[in-house]
Amino acid sequence: MSGGWQPGLRESALFDRNVIAEIQRAAKEGIYDIRGFGAKRKLPHFDDLLFLGASVSRYPLEGYRERCDTNVTLGTRFAKKPLELKIPVTIAGMSFGALSAPAKEALGRGATEMGTSTTTGDGGMTPEERGHSEVLVYQLLPSRYGMNPDDLRRADAIEVVVGQGAKPGGGGMLLGHKISDRVAAMRDLPKGIDQRSACRHPDWTGPDDLEIKIGELREITDWQKPIFVKVGATRTYYDVQLAVKAGADVIVVDGMQGGTAATQDVFIEHVGIPTLCAIPLAVQALQELGLHREVQLIVSGGIRSGADVAKALALGADAVSIGTAALIAMGDNSPDYEAEYQKIGSSAGYYDDWQDGRDPTGISTQDDELAARFDPELGGRRVANYLRVLTLETQTLARACGKSHVHNLEPEDLVALTIEAAAMARVPLAGTDWVPGRSPF
Amino acid sequence: MTATVEAEVVDLAVTPLRDLNQRLHDVALAGEGPSSWRIVNPRGAHAVACGLDAELDVEIHGHVGYYCAGMNKLATVRVRGNASTGIAENMMSGLVVVEGSVSQSAGATAHGGLLVVHGDAAARCGISMKGVDIVVRGSVGHLSAFMAQTGNLVVCGDAGDALGDSIYEARLYVRGSVAGLGTDCIEKEMRAEHVEQVRELLERAGIDDVGAADFRRYGSARQLYNFTIDNAGAY
Repeated sequence: MSGGWQPGLRESALFDRNVIAEIQRAAKEGIYDIRGFGAKRKLPHFDDLLFLGASVSRYPLEGYRERCDTNVTLGTRFAKKPLELKIPVTIAGMSFGALSAPAKEALGRGATEMGTSTTTGDGGMTPEERGHSEVLVYQLLPSRYGMNPDDLRRADAIEVVVGQGAKPGGGGMLLGHKISDRVAAMRDLPKGIDQRSACRHPDWTGPDDLEIKIGELREITDWQKPIFVKVGATRTYYDVQLAVKAGADVIVVDGMQGGTAATQDVFIEHVGIPTLCAIPLAVQALQELGLHREVQLIVSGGIRSGADVAKALALGADAVSIGTAALIAMGDNSPDYEAEYQKIGSSAGYYDDWQDGRDPTGISTQDDELAARFDPELGGRRVANYLRVLTLETQTLARACGKSHVHNLEPEDLVALTIEAAAMARVPLAGTDWVPGRSPF
Repeated sequence: MTATVEAEVVDLAVTPLRDLNQRLHDVALAGEGPSSWRIVNPRGAHAVACGLDAELDVEIHGHVGYYCAGMNKLATVRVRGNASTGIAENMMSGLVVVEGSVSQSAGATAHGGLLVVHGDAAARCGISMKGVDIVVRGSVGHLSAFMAQTGNLVVCGDAGDALGDSIYEARLYVRGSVAGLGTDCIEKEMRAEHVEQVRELLERAGIDDVGAADFRRYGSARQLYNFTIDNAGAY
């Protein structure tokens, strides 16, 4: 009998085929599922928002003729050398270790071509990455793998990572089969063993300590570099206020759709809040402190298109960050590798085993042969092309709303398609004045 | 008769911390400048003499706050007092000596150099250490050497609970009692090479009244190096 539908067969909404398969897998293997990618469940997202293009009451800007600027400055609060980016889309932190060296190089190449920044990850800074990234943000993570003051001084900005959207409150694990000689040496650990990354920083706990930590980083770098604080979206209003109080120049809020190289599925799908509702919480926190736009807000977690970028900016973000989408742009999940995906039990469009090091595209691997398949120049071009499209799409929508800078987009330009999205994004349900929880029905 | 180097004196009661650290950094940037520094009235300031990157001798007279000598390279920093959290955190090389006691996370994630504490060290001494040598004349608090990767921790007194929890390849030497070992940390045989290593570390630390043979050695059982479901209860 085939697995297709037949009269009289009814699939359970509660125990659907994925649920049944997971129960069977758990019973067989006795270990939770660890995977890459981000949340796969359906969540309220930017798709649930629409722009109100200009008409009689507003007038639009001419596409291709009238300017619509896209530049953004990050780190204006305290740093002597803020980052000047040409587009409001940055590359999120992804580690060398999780990604191959040529993949990291490609991200740097693409970002540099478009005048934006890329970010290191858990595992330190590689020369390839520094060499190909004109603007590089250096992450300070709990593990401090590869952390050293020379790289701190070589960086253009520092990002204190408190958490990430895929696993707020969780540490990390780079499985042993991705620990090559080079990765092991950079992390001061033996080859081939699982490398655990702690969930808390080793030398500070809580917002008061964070303030002192940021003070130390500023002293070490002579107050030159902008200091970002990255949080996974959960209690976003409070986290943002505390990070600002601790002295951050830039806040990075990563919604629960944010990607990961290796995390328990149960963590990815069940911890954190969607990006859509995290943005208004962060903006409210900044506005109440009188620091919206002075402390810049970067938002990540599920950015796929210029529409997503424009909507995030309209809700009050200064920039967005992409991770999963950048990998896809470089070739992740490409149908060109369908036969090889099949061999490892996956398929193009479904592949999420970034943790296991067998990525046929050579992106999420430390296998030299697989990594050699990946052309960093071509990958860099693809990243640049993708960033270009995101930017053009964002400008198109901004012009339609009559904005001469993408930062002039505002919540007033948006309506929501669903009550949930209206409540979370704090914009009216389309065709009404109703913002659930804020205005009377 | 030997010539003495006149130390550059900085009084933190009147000089902003930023000015002090910038002057210390400028020596590395310029490749020249005073090599001997005497800092007075630190009054618990945080981040004193952090980010040094030159062969300087820095003496601090008084107590310091968090992250003194943080990320140190090459320099010798001596604290004639106590130090708060994160002394010599992420040190790469050089020597940091504290004549009093230190608070939590001393030498956290440090990659190299030598940290000497003549008093006691509080919790998490040597947390995630990555190659540093740490010698503590007194005792260390709980969860010391948590997730310690490489390097050596020598404790002349006692160690608190959960010593070496989730340890990797670091070596731990304790002369006194150990309140409890953390997950995957076990006592190991103290062979001649280890006695010699302790002797050499004590000598470098300037501690000459403690016998190297009196120490016991602890390290990783290496049972948690690769995740297996049979060990789930240990994680």
